[in-house]
Amino acid sequence: MMNACGIDSPEALFEHLPEAVRLRRPLDLPAGISEYEIVEYFRQRGAENGAGYAPFLGAGVYRHFRPVLVDAVVSRGEFLTSYTPYQAEISQGTLTAIFEFQTMICQLTGMDVANASMYDGSTAVPEAVLMAARVTGKRRALVASSVHPEYRETLRTYAKNAGLAVEEFAYAPEAGTIDLEDLERRMDGETAAVVVQSPNFFGMVDQVNAAGEIAHRHGALLILIFTEAVSLGILEPSAEADIVAGELQSFAISPSYGGPFAGIIATREKYMRQLPGRLVGQTTDSRGERAFCLTLSTREQHIRRERATSNICTNQALIALMATVFMTVYGKQGLRELAEQNLAKAHYLAGKMQPRFAGKFFNEFAVRLEGKTPEQANKALLKKKIIGGLPLGRFYPELADCMLLCATEMSTRPEMDALAEGLHS
Amino acid sequence: MIKKVRSHLSQNEALLFERSSPGKKAYQLPDLDVPPFDAAAALGAENVRAGIDGFPEVSEVEAIRHFTRLSTWNYAIDHGMYPLGSCTMKYNPRVNELVARTEGLAWAHPYQPEALAQGCMEVVARLESILAEITGMDAVTLQPAAGAHGELTGILLIRALLEKRGNPRKKILVPDSAHGTNPATAAIAGYAVENIPSNAAGLLDVSALERIVTADVAALMVTNPNTLGVFEENIVHAAEILHAKGAMLYMDGANMNALVGIARPGDFGVDALHLNLHKTFSTPHGGGGPGAGPVAVKKPLEPFLPVPRLKRSGKKWAWDYKRKRSIGRVRAFYGNFGVLVRALAYILAHGGPGLRNATVDAVLNANYLRKRLEPYYHLPYPSPSMHEVVFSDARQEESGVRTGDIAKRLIDYGFHPYTVSFPLIVHGALMIEPTETESLSELDAFADAMISIAQEARTDPQFVKNAPYGTRTSRVDEVAAARKPVLRWKPS
Repeated sequence: MMNACGIDSPEALFEHLPEAVRLRRPLDLPAGISEYEIVEYFRQRGAENGAGYAPFLGAGVYRHFRPVLVDAVVSRGEFLTSYTPYQAEISQGTLTAIFEFQTMICQLTGMDVANASMYDGSTAVPEAVLMAARVTGKRRALVASSVHPEYRETLRTYAKNAGLAVEEFAYAPEAGTIDLEDLERRMDGETAAVVVQSPNFFGMVDQVNAAGEIAHRHGALLILIFTEAVSLGILEPSAEADIVAGELQSFAISPSYGGPFAGIIATREKYMRQLPGRLVGQTTDSRGERAFCLTLSTREQHIRRERATSNICTNQALIALMATVFMTVYGKQGLRELAEQNLAKAHYLAGKMQPRFAGKFFNEFAVRLEGKTPEQANKALLKKKIIGGLPLGRFYPELADCMLLCATEMSTRPEMDALAEGLHS
Repeated sequence: MIKKVRSHLSQNEALLFERSSPGKKAYQLPDLDVPPFDAAAALGAENVRAGIDGFPEVSEVEAIRHFTRLSTWNYAIDHGMYPLGSCTMKYNPRVNELVARTEGLAWAHPYQPEALAQGCMEVVARLESILAEITGMDAVTLQPAAGAHGELTGILLIRALLEKRGNPRKKILVPDSAHGTNPATAAIAGYAVENIPSNAAGLLDVSALERIVTADVAALMVTNPNTLGVFEENIVHAAEILHAKGAMLYMDGANMNALVGIARPGDFGVDALHLNLHKTFSTPHGGGGPGAGPVAVKKPLEPFLPVPRLKRSGKKWAWDYKRKRSIGRVRAFYGNFGVLVRALAYILAHGGPGLRNATVDAVLNANYLRKRLEPYYHLPYPSPSMHEVVFSDARQEESGVRTGDIAKRLIDYGFHPYTVSFPLIVHGALMIEPTETESLSELDAFADAMISIAQEARTDPQFVKNAPYGTRTSRVDEVAAARKPVLRWKPS
């Protein structure tokens, strides 16, 4: 090869670089290690995290069983090691799966179109708000304070620099759902979007359609956020939502310390051309056979550059494929049954304590502790090998005496009994 | 002659929705160990859905066959060379997949107590410090989810620093050879974009830069090596011009595979850059993602990095949320942690010397292909190539064959095409990046295929224009797809 290139040493290939830019020492990194040592290194890191705990954390990341088929499919090199399917003739596998994904997201959310994925639920929120701003030509968003706090923080970061005004409206202190009067008070004709989450951060089924009615009366769009996708198996899709943005982590995506997950944005057909991110569409090949390809790419950065609907390029395709396999395995009956199991477990657990908010919830709920802080309670629970709920004071100072507990199909009755006993003692 | 492939049967497969039959199921759930709870009572009857119209109902064996059949319709690195320029499609070691599934890591909840997350935090800390050493920068955030997300983070950091200095300024400069994400990012960060033309050598025009950089300019976004695969030889001077006017230099690190162990952006004047762990550090592309886009910065930008930051508290790691000047979060939680694990595994396997060797091999492979193909394809910019080489279709265009046609014909020879029609400054570009993981025999097979197609383009141009012939799906009508979008299945 060096002969062909006319050089004596591959180092010659770098001789044209200016001397000032050259690194004339080895990188200060150790030498390489073997496969066994790598496995062992990460096994030790995993062990440092502790094992054998019964966890009751939700708050945007949920512990659900991952059907075995999921990893069997996504481990196939044909899916794992392929690029974005720009070359449709040799990417029909990925393209077909994404088309099925888009379809299933529409079926779940009641929307007409869904994109091929966003980075996660949190970044789907600013993308949805920016989309609403393009649709309405307005630059203000009203966000429920019962939307996931880290999603709201992410929205603020994007909005500040994109010239969007973001204001929050309150939740009703006894119900834990949005305060409709506060929303009404803050609405004006300049508002592009009202953003609500359901089930909301406290696990409560929120007043989505009532918020939609207020939004529409003032010419704003309603953006519906979800973080617990399993709830879609049992909750009626909102007829009022214009954009649905959410997180699919619950669909066989490992918690993995917060990522990689997969977000989605779905919407009505009339807003299709304002969607960010990749879309797969149906067409035919030159023999007239059904085929799929990436489409409406004039929305995207590689064509439209600074006038694109978003700067997103790489998305979460393989993670979306995990969700696709999950939805296929559970299917019509299974997703309902899974949701019912979550509902039953969480209500069993809640029956053993006093939920902070009175109302409808799916698989998480807040509880107020008496005589100890949530932090103290969690410390005591750890000794019983239980990871308790998220102390809410971190995000809501007025709820400093509360923790957010989540039960899923993986929570067993003895674990829940032990948790309840630990919290009461 | 086509030597690398021959056709074989592939299975037809309908869409899931067309395969479904009522009552079929592929799932198993344990019996409930608590009493069932009435959904209408819990959620309100009006909030309970009737069913999910059209949702799949298939058996387990139908499910696995469905996705297995689909998978066989894809090309992948595991099949062979994937020479997409700017995409760095290198082999993805499987041990990385295994370790990302380590129980204590894959099941770690982002809110579990810090005392029970020390292993995850150690992984983050170690990768941050390694990437700082590789890039020659002072601090690294691993929060951004992909390259474009890293760009946004980097530009917001620059904006925050300039704001603190009194004026965030108005413009971001972007060379005409840049990736589309660069101008799109600048726009989302609230900046106007000014495109700057490359010079005759396809490089940054420093004399023009001298004129263009005013007190309105916040930063220049530059890819180095640029999208022609050429090192920006005047990068140090460009940085000086920018810095003299109070502007900053942002580097798109998409092409870092040409530099690891050879040159460090921190040593040539870069203030902030992002890396694509799914390119340089071999985490799988997965059909479009996930990626990770860490951002590395120099000291003055460090106070503005997204929250939370890791800090050492005694013998333990802790997350620090109290950073007054931070730009805030760019996403929930801490980053695409599972991707970070894979990248760290790749780096540990290679070690310092191995990473440098990979760079050298990547550049050698690209230069070898350049030598072999130069007699047959027009090389618009003869500057020395780093990790990729860009040809144009000028010679083939004479017989009406364009870069997109050559790409489709390459499929018949058993290869994934190169990057087509990019960078935009080359008319009819063929952008080829072999990476270090291709052997001489794979490179030769690719070069032979390209040479053979050049011949076909001369002798039978129409034949090339109708390719591919060997695929189960022939040339796809993308125009029809966009004209009348069908973006979901519906019952007929």
